[in-house]
Amino acid sequence: MNSAWPDKSINDFGGDYELKRVYVNEKWCLACHLCEYYCAFASSNEKDMARALKGIKISPRIKIEEMDGISFAVSCRHCSEPLCVKGCITGALTKANGVVTINKDKCIGCYTCILSCPYGAVSPSENGAVLKCELCINTHIGSPQCVKGCPNGAIVFEERGE
Amino acid sequence: MKYVIIGNSAAAVGAVEAIRRNDKESGIVITSNERYHVYSRPLISYLLMGKTSEKKMKYRDDSFYTDNGCELKLNKTAIKIDVSKKQVIFEDGDCESYDKLLIATGSSPFIPPIKGLEKVRNKFTFTRLDDARALEVALKENSKVLIVGAGLIGLKCAEGISRKKVGITCVDLSPKVLSSILDDEGSEMVKRHLEDNGIKFCLKQNIIEFEENSALLGDNTRIPFDVLVLAVGVRPNISLLKDAGGKTNRGILIDERCRTSIPDIYAAGDCCESMDVSSGEAKVMALLPNAYMQGECAGMNMSGVDYVFDKAIPMNAIGLFGKHIITAGTYTGDVYYENDGVNYKKLFYSDNKLNGYILIGNVEKAGIYTSLIRERTPLDTLNFELICKKPGLMAFSKEFRAEKLGGVRNES
Repeated sequence: MNSAWPDKSINDFGGDYELKRVYVNEKWCLACHLCEYYCAFASSNEKDMARALKGIKISPRIKIEEMDGISFAVSCRHCSEPLCVKGCITGALTKANGVVTINKDKCIGCYTCILSCPYGAVSPSENGAVLKCELCINTHIGSPQCVKGCPNGAIVFEERGE
Repeated sequence: MKYVIIGNSAAAVGAVEAIRRNDKESGIVITSNERYHVYSRPLISYLLMGKTSEKKMKYRDDSFYTDNGCELKLNKTAIKIDVSKKQVIFEDGDCESYDKLLIATGSSPFIPPIKGLEKVRNKFTFTRLDDARALEVALKENSKVLIVGAGLIGLKCAEGISRKKVGITCVDLSPKVLSSILDDEGSEMVKRHLEDNGIKFCLKQNIIEFEENSALLGDNTRIPFDVLVLAVGVRPNISLLKDAGGKTNRGILIDERCRTSIPDIYAAGDCCESMDVSSGEAKVMALLPNAYMQGECAGMNMSGVDYVFDKAIPMNAIGLFGKHIITAGTYTGDVYYENDGVNYKKLFYSDNKLNGYILIGNVEKAGIYTSLIRERTPLDTLNFELICKKPGLMAFSKEFRAEKLGGVRNES
């Protein structure tokens, strides 16, 4: 056999320890929901926030849970053992370079990923394909906008060496 | 080292992706009795609906085999394993030597032995791409279609062909639709939804006899049809291993490392029987996610890394005419129940553990319940009352959230 073909195995699990992640600290969360608006803005790929969001019911990939004075943002953890990717019946969900992304063209909205995700971080959508955080890598901005939009430093994008 | 994989679906892909994490040198031979690049079998109903295409339903990219250094041998039917020579023998006389062998042969439709079935010319099963292609050709406008079986395959087939202006009647021995995954009340709700979408049902009915274009039911009614679809269930393809002297029951028996009873032979996917952690019973769980994860587990162990997959549970996500159903686990124990006529929820729990759930309609965050079942999470470690009403991370401890969302490592 030839040795060492291009290392392009589609699902590249593990090896995540040097990658940056979105982390949340609930102590600092104000439940202002700005992360959700910035997320929706980023994925709209519009240049102007007001135009992107005015009169629209947003479908953010990051979502605030709140109750009795506690609040925090939940988005995809880009797990080292991504059950959504392993369970995806179409191959639409894949993981490469530490980021779980979705191929909207392939997704048929069966919701096996919603069945699989332990964090509730994959959402149904009205347009067929499911919605999930891709760390904004597929937007024109390129880096997580929830972090930029958080006014209190409750959401950060850091390398923690898990 | 040489790996041979019999089968070319989810379990095979799981194995290849795992093997290549550990071993980028050795050869992998994949054999299939079909003629296609790996595709997703559950998508054949979506193909008939026009929601996907043969190109999009490929489970991995066109370059998958070359990227992973696999030799793909299509149209090859394995007929025997010679354990002493470590060889697989094929119908065409070829043989393939292996160091590590994975049996990922899947399952085949069960054909019920009903009198007169041989007289029916337009009859189909519905598990493979060729089945879908053949069925599509047979369907004409106003065709009357009789589907035998109101389970997952039969109903997805019904949905798949419904836009083609055909009349669909579904017959099942069971009094319920989706009897393997739904309770009586949930099943009734789904049945009404299907009837509202034009599907007719003859439940609790056996078929006594077929004529070429009709079926005689147990209550003496005769149902005419142009096209017959047999969807009464599938049977694991176990004969290769069984004939080689390996241990089988309904499926091939595997341990938590996906090893069969024969050294260097592994098995994964629909052909296997494995432990359901929600019930503690061994069973065939013919589901794509389990197939991938078993394949992955087999691939890890085949390539020399000790790896355990011991968290299989029955689980299904199915959409029918816009209504979503997600179920998992075993339906035993006390019940938490909600039903507002549109959204239906039942959670089953006992001994401080969640055993199973049924969600119809609103299925958001279902995976949080799945995780409680899979991980056997003690329910007294979280706010159970809250999580019953509203699945979310709010019901977990601050420490759990700090670890999972905040990247804080708990020293304990």
